[in-house]
Amino acid sequence: MAISPATPADVYEALSAYGYIPDEGLATSVFLAMTLQRPLLLEGEAGVGKTEVAKVLSRWTGGELIRLQCYEGIDVSQAVYDWDYSRQLLHLRASEATGESLGLTANKLEDQLYHERFLLKRALLQAIDHNNELPPVLLIDEVDRADDEFEAYLLEVLSEYAVTVPELGRFSALKTPLVILTSNRTRDVHDALKRRCLYHWVEHPDFEREVRIVRMRVPQALERLARQVAGAVETLRTLNLYKPPGVAETIDWAQALTALGVTELDERTVTATLGTVLKYREDQERTQQHGIADLVKQAFERGFQHS
Amino acid sequence: MSPTLHAQTPTERMAVAFARVLRGAGLRVPLGSVLTFVDALGRLEMHDRDHVYWAGRATLVRNPEDIPLYDRSFEVFWLAASAADDAAPDEPLHITLAIDDDSDEGDDEQGSSEASDDPQITLRFSAMEVLRHKDFASYSDDELITAQQLMTRLRFIGPPRRSLRHHRSRRGRRPDLQATMRSALRTGGEPIRRQWKQPGEKLRRLVLLVDVSGSMEPYARALLRFVHAAVSGRQRVEAFAIGTRLTRVTRELNSRDPDKALTQAGNRVLDWSGGTRLGDCIRRFNDQWGVRGMARGAIVVVLSDGWDRGDPEVLGTEMERLHRVAYHVIWVNPLKVTPGYAPLARGMAAALPHVDHFVEGHSMAAMEELARVIAMESTRG
Repeated sequence: MAISPATPADVYEALSAYGYIPDEGLATSVFLAMTLQRPLLLEGEAGVGKTEVAKVLSRWTGGELIRLQCYEGIDVSQAVYDWDYSRQLLHLRASEATGESLGLTANKLEDQLYHERFLLKRALLQAIDHNNELPPVLLIDEVDRADDEFEAYLLEVLSEYAVTVPELGRFSALKTPLVILTSNRTRDVHDALKRRCLYHWVEHPDFEREVRIVRMRVPQALERLARQVAGAVETLRTLNLYKPPGVAETIDWAQALTALGVTELDERTVTATLGTVLKYREDQERTQQHGIADLVKQAFERGFQHS
Repeated sequence: MSPTLHAQTPTERMAVAFARVLRGAGLRVPLGSVLTFVDALGRLEMHDRDHVYWAGRATLVRNPEDIPLYDRSFEVFWLAASAADDAAPDEPLHITLAIDDDSDEGDDEQGSSEASDDPQITLRFSAMEVLRHKDFASYSDDELITAQQLMTRLRFIGPPRRSLRHHRSRRGRRPDLQATMRSALRTGGEPIRRQWKQPGEKLRRLVLLVDVSGSMEPYARALLRFVHAAVSGRQRVEAFAIGTRLTRVTRELNSRDPDKALTQAGNRVLDWSGGTRLGDCIRRFNDQWGVRGMARGAIVVVLSDGWDRGDPEVLGTEMERLHRVAYHVIWVNPLKVTPGYAPLARGMAAALPHVDHFVEGHSMAAMEELARVIAMESTRG
């Protein structure tokens, strides 16, 4: 049976249980997406955990995760369906070699070739032509990278939940898939598509939530280290960096530190592992200017608050 | 045109009223979204303020820039707080008054708090910029009208880049199985003629950054006409106004009617003829749009005289960053033509090493030259 939460709190609990700690806004948006059966568009900085939402939803609901990674130039043959031309050619040759094609009219031959068994179903068609009992989770990742024309097509698919293959006919979804779209906002997604979706802007988590996320994702990390890492990242985000670290980087950092057997931040380990958090040379320089010692000190102070 | 909804239930009436408040605050709220909002409210606890807040956020807001407006409207609507109190919530800020004199250019904004002899003044943040709405759609000058007509004729071709999509070609090097299959059917299943394909080409994105600060005033209007011609003349163009802050004006300029487009853009640009903080604006552009993807592989045109109240070093670094991701950077400076002009403005000097083409922008002829430079890049690709 498909899962249908009764309140946003149910969503919050379930996502937390499956390894994602949402804030109230995200929980409500996901709740609404599930109950209203609308696609959910998640926008936000890179690394705030947008893609992760779809993965965790798939784990929770048990629906298969179907992922469509968008890029510039993506088209129907890569996103919806394509014909397996090499197999079709082989089939032609084979039916010729066995003499089978001699007895067939051109129309018959064509019908054989454009049969569903030569159809390569790509992500969108897979999500719509889905026979499982549980509706799948369709992740349309980085939709801002695709072109406008593709967006228009997507809008059509997401309003009808149906796809037409000219040679075969119309496929329509028996169970509406749960659709999550993500965008890094390198350009504006078209307004019509946004109107079709529910919208949530994903923020960096606040301190306490980030500590909980680190504790959950890096269970080996001690509470003290988790608090210090979260504190240091919080400071880094205020330094006006080109690429402020996201939750993904916080987790990477905590993992790196635990792998090194570190139980507490100090100037030397921070300097040595800064590359896991900051990916631009200029950002590392700016942090050096701010002072690693200061960073560690602030992280310690933050770590002791409310604990 | 405003469609009417016959609100029946209290929820519907409330949703419609709230939508009206949002529209009044300047948000675009289509009727469809209001219906979704009503639908969403039906599934949630209506008396829980947070539920209502997030239901509205998910259904009525579609841009992060609109979130503060939404928040304020929500406060006003739900707590019946007075709108007047919320109008100027910004905290006082210490800033150094920028003086129209070269001698103070050495100070950057961050360092100014230590320098005690600087003229300091406490201002509200929103007053820092010269917020002047100017109706720049009403031109009196005949020349500008003529120029506008000339500009609409400018066409921007721009250089192509290789696209991922393939199309059929006789000279292509990759076999086109789809076409081969189709032609094989015609010959009874015998693939006699092999078909080929090659990658297609696609126009590069054109990004225009127009300086609308005071020193550019005589040119900015004309340049914006140019930008409008560019935006409505082809696809894949993005336009931003830069001054004391960065404003995206692509959508406003997308309207076909130039006067309407410019009025809309004028409503949007709040720092029309204020000061210039080129470095900060380019930085903001890089952070929010450019480096993330918009400027990657694109042709970026900066239309500015290069006078910067900020730290020239910031401008230099940011132009370098921009140059690293863009395909070509073109700087258009209306002052370039002035006799004896050398790029002495410190911002300009800092930016120049990271510019591929430095062209003038004072006249119609110069604009035509610019359109030619943009198109010419295609032959060098």
